[in-house]
Amino acid sequence: MNPILQLKHIRKSYNIGTSIETEILHGIDIELSSGSFSALTGPSGSGKSTLLNIIGLLEPPTSGELIIAGQSTQNIGDDQLTKLRGLNIGFVFQFHHLLPAFNALENVMMPSIIHRHLERQAAEKRAQQLLGAVGLAQALYKKPNELSGGMQQRVAIARALMLNPPLVLADEPTGNLDTHSADEIFKLLEHINQTEGISFLIVTHDMQLARRCGQGFHLVDGQLTQSF
Amino acid sequence: MSLAFEWLLAIRFLKEGRMQSWLILAGVTGGVAIIIFLTQLINQLQGTIIDRVLSSQAHIVMRPAEEAVLRFDQADTLTAALIQQRGQRLRSIDQWESFAQLARTTPGIKAVSPLATGPVFARNNLASKSVVLMGIVPEDYLNVVNMNRYLVKGRFDIGSEQTVIGTELAKDLGVNLGDRIQVVSESGVVQNLTIVGLFDINNKDLNKRWVFTQLRLAQSLLNIPGGVSSIDLTVHDLFGAKLLAQRLSKQTGLLVESWMETNSGLLNALSNQTVTNNLIRVFVVIIVALGIASVLVVSVVQKQKEIGILRAMGATQQQVLRIFLMQGAIFGSLGSLMGVSLAFALLTLFASIYKAPNGSIMFTAQLDPNLVVMASIVALLVGILAALLPARRAARMDPVQAIRS
Repeated sequence: MNPILQLKHIRKSYNIGTSIETEILHGIDIELSSGSFSALTGPSGSGKSTLLNIIGLLEPPTSGELIIAGQSTQNIGDDQLTKLRGLNIGFVFQFHHLLPAFNALENVMMPSIIHRHLERQAAEKRAQQLLGAVGLAQALYKKPNELSGGMQQRVAIARALMLNPPLVLADEPTGNLDTHSADEIFKLLEHINQTEGISFLIVTHDMQLARRCGQGFHLVDGQLTQSF
Repeated sequence: MSLAFEWLLAIRFLKEGRMQSWLILAGVTGGVAIIIFLTQLINQLQGTIIDRVLSSQAHIVMRPAEEAVLRFDQADTLTAALIQQRGQRLRSIDQWESFAQLARTTPGIKAVSPLATGPVFARNNLASKSVVLMGIVPEDYLNVVNMNRYLVKGRFDIGSEQTVIGTELAKDLGVNLGDRIQVVSESGVVQNLTIVGLFDINNKDLNKRWVFTQLRLAQSLLNIPGGVSSIDLTVHDLFGAKLLAQRLSKQTGLLVESWMETNSGLLNALSNQTVTNNLIRVFVVIIVALGIASVLVVSVVQKQKEIGILRAMGATQQQVLRIFLMQGAIFGSLGSLMGVSLAFALLTLFASIYKAPNGSIMFTAQLDPNLVVMASIVALLVGILAALLPARRAARMDPVQAIRS
């Protein structure tokens, strides 16, 4: 199966050229195949978030190559990078990060509005379908502050799927939820992966959840120590 | 290019920070209203003042050049001399008809009226007053100063033995419409005149001193047969009068003065008023710009997490920039719309309160369309320019830092 993501010798340093230059990632190699369901684990300060930001094209690596959906991200401009990110990667954050001024339906439609991907009616229809799929058909017009934590995370998942991206990055998607809600959200991600064929890379502290993923990467001090 | 996303975000962010939005909108509205109100007020009041001053006087007056004492020096002698200024006697303009004709054909000149004016005495029984005899060709003079506007009694219908005098003079001499007065010249010639009209020109001194007669009679009484002492002109462009006067002076060699020189004090006052108004406008624009910029800077800081999320979802720097520029434009355009309405309300209120001492209207609530368009364009541009700095800050925000904030 074609890889959706390839990381080749990714290094990341901060304060380059100064006396306090620090290397956070020391040559990471990862390959995710299309439709995979993977976990990225590691203790705090191991570089998980930095790696996720690099994979999400939110910050550039100091060296190494990143190929996403067959396209290398080396030497491309910010606008192209933004477009590549918007169309190929969906994000689910720990604190859902919904836009408080918009209701659930509008939050889900937002990626389509940004990229002018679908006509408004078609976008609305797809957003309704997605919210229905995550069990929020009754909460379309509710603002984020009217929803529970679990419901907000479901909206964030629906938003990540709006443009049908080949890869979804989830940063501690269950970290802010109780055990029951966390389990439900994880099951939902598994279900989407199996039915839609979308690849997931999930950052988590929870080793129990991580073991439920088909593939796992463990990061310690900026190096992959083991894969499972 | 569809700007649906940018508009949606711009408006929704403004709605979200409702209190801030209303406050800055009130600021822009107030700024636009102050600019329009003050400009309209000052323009109209200046217009009224100029109209009142100039409606009773010529815009340009041509007079004979002043007589000067000429000094005769011998080539080989050094002479210490104290030159006494020569007294100016009443003189006629040589070849005045040709100069009047020249003035009539000069572009920019609206009307020409020859005058023979000079000092005489006006008498009625024991009352005697020193006055200025105004010898005119009525149909010409009415084109320069519309005396009909100032008539309080009778008609401005001056015949060979008829006169029109001011209300103050009539009071001083104890006469009224239809009465006769005597006009006595310097040389002692006496002429009886019947009063056919009384005027009030809003100037007490002129009401006391002007006595209108036919040009021919004045020429005879002032001893300048066939001559005129001045030629009064009006122009189409009031503020072009000075240049026209300079041109006519060069062409004729006469002493030609415009209203701008004879009323230089008034003109300075008006010009100072305009400078003050412009300064107020500049400061208001700066304050409004700073207000918009500060609110948007705060808004950018408050919204940085949302900006980060939007950037993560694929919003480009240009799209984020446009969101905040549009907010500036919304403040500018809505503020100018509301400001125009507020200015009109203020003008209406002011017009109803502010009246001339005699109760007449000094001011009408009118909006100059050019001023409204200009103020709206300025408000829009100021809104966009003031938003530029915060918008650039938002666009350059690092999405990772923004989301973490």
